[in-house]
Amino acid sequence: MDRILFGDNQFFAVNHISDEKSRAQSIQFKSDNAIIKTLDSAREAGLNTFMCTTHDRIIGICDVIRNNPEKYEHYKIYPCMPYAHKYANAATELGIAGTIKQYVPGNVFGSLFKGGMAVLTKDYISLIELMIDAEMKMFKGINTPVIFLQNVITDLLIGLRAEEILMAFYNHVKKKYNAEPGFITMCMPKLYEILERNGVENPIICSSINKVGFRMSGSKEAYEEVLRTKRGRFIAMQVLAGGAIPPEEAIEYICGLPNIESILFGASSQRNIESTVSYIHKFDELQLTTALAS
Amino acid sequence: MIKVALVGAGKMGVSHLSILGAHPEVEVVGVCDTSKIVTNFLERYSKLNCYADFEKMLDRVKPDAVFVAVPTKFHYKLIKMAMDKNIHVFAEKPFCLNTTEGEELIALAAKKQLINQVGYHNKFVGTFKEVKRIIKSGMIGNVYHFVAESYGPVVTKSKQSSWRSKPEEGGGCLMDYASHVIDLVNDIVSPITSVKGATLESIYSNTVEDAVYSVMSTNSNVSGILSVNWSEETYRKMSTTVTILGSKGKIISDANELKLYLKDENKEDYTKGWNVKYITDLTDQVNFNLRGEEYSAQVDYFIDAVMKRKPNTINTFQQAWETDKVIELLKQHR
Repeated sequence: MDRILFGDNQFFAVNHISDEKSRAQSIQFKSDNAIIKTLDSAREAGLNTFMCTTHDRIIGICDVIRNNPEKYEHYKIYPCMPYAHKYANAATELGIAGTIKQYVPGNVFGSLFKGGMAVLTKDYISLIELMIDAEMKMFKGINTPVIFLQNVITDLLIGLRAEEILMAFYNHVKKKYNAEPGFITMCMPKLYEILERNGVENPIICSSINKVGFRMSGSKEAYEEVLRTKRGRFIAMQVLAGGAIPPEEAIEYICGLPNIESILFGASSQRNIESTVSYIHKFDELQLTTALAS
Repeated sequence: MIKVALVGAGKMGVSHLSILGAHPEVEVVGVCDTSKIVTNFLERYSKLNCYADFEKMLDRVKPDAVFVAVPTKFHYKLIKMAMDKNIHVFAEKPFCLNTTEGEELIALAAKKQLINQVGYHNKFVGTFKEVKRIIKSGMIGNVYHFVAESYGPVVTKSKQSSWRSKPEEGGGCLMDYASHVIDLVNDIVSPITSVKGATLESIYSNTVEDAVYSVMSTNSNVSGILSVNWSEETYRKMSTTVTILGSKGKIISDANELKLYLKDENKEDYTKGWNVKYITDLTDQVNFNLRGEEYSAQVDYFIDAVMKRKPNTINTFQQAWETDKVIELLKQHR
């Protein structure tokens, strides 16, 4: 994975600290062109991986990437699925079964579940696979070397202790897409333990990691302990804790941690992209120099 | 270990199950739901004991506490059944379909000395907790007006149908969305006791309202405006904002950001003029986080109350009943 991954929250009005900023962003990124322009600014700053949720808007972005194969020759997308609000809002209105009916392609209840409820249990894994395939459709022909499960689902399954389903995602992504499965979580130490128990070596895990411990469930110390003692490809997100930590200080902390393979961040302006990237380079070099010196 | 059972494994129920499953002091002993799709999943992958009959489950697994997350019209019957068997109850919101049912349950909980809590999770959101603290401290002086708003994209086209589209079962924007905002105002300002005027409007739904607009006042004579709309697709998810005006200042807060304007200098960590605080400064660490800290915090609080470590004073049946009362007043405008 690249050292820096470019995120997509800013494009979809996801702002963890301000609804007002969210609104401004959805105005700024109304057109696909505006999104592409920002992705291109990020590319100019050396960011060639776009980690994005399977939001409907990404369909248009994928079209642009597909239609300009030379320009995006080395470009990678890390899809994160599902876009949970779509399902959550539907579940409020239609219930769980209704939501499945609405979003799973084909007549699930007619085909998968025919023959009555007795066969139902066997088919959950097929259902999950169908849902993964539906979410992956928009990325056809695009390089997607890592595919993530969003934290809402990862963490839901952790709490439900449905480890088999986490592993079903893992296995399907490996087998069908020849890609590395990744997990986003708000409970990194718990997830690591589960993956380790299920025989996953060197897992890709993306979680909030920041100096103030924001959204680091359990404790910051528990996270640091995993980073220090376990083998994994860890991605740090929410490194600025929604703006609570000044960028320089935030990045100095992250670059000083062991075992962080990548840093994920998103920004709307070229200036913010460049400044975050330059802080990461600065503190990476500093770490390297210190390491060499000792 | 506290033995917990749950009835109603829908969106909220499954979310509670996950949080309970991750709680180190909870053992989930049973789940009751009528949907085979859900119970088969939970039996197979979560190794939970599932039932279709609530009473049978209670008698079989003998839980210390039960989570009730079924459609509102079943709340009264199931909560009563549980409390009759001396089981502590966490119920989803809104509390009951009418205030008579609620009164009976409040009395029963008091008589049996059972822990009772309703899932108005906004009270566990850091910014709203701080809003309440600021108001109680008198920092913004005498509160004279509020504007309480909530918007989100639940029903954005016609032709959808479930129990939420049936008013007699507790469906509609009033019961679902507006209840949250009313409950928040009741808590941070004072209980709303009068509805001066209201309009409940259908936008895409045929049978229920999609928006509630009202002019109201509280028992301390604070006037206010309620504006709630669940057919608002310019919002990504439910977004609740309260604006509180006082003689010495003003607060505008949502779940992420709290803005406080003070007319005068203050001794605390706020100063004259505008102050901004973010949820990042106001959130307490939780052990497990699914969809937001507040969902875990309310479950932790309930379990602590059952274990007699916390007082059972936040989101009691009594407080949720005050909200039901306002809903009843608003319903007259349907």
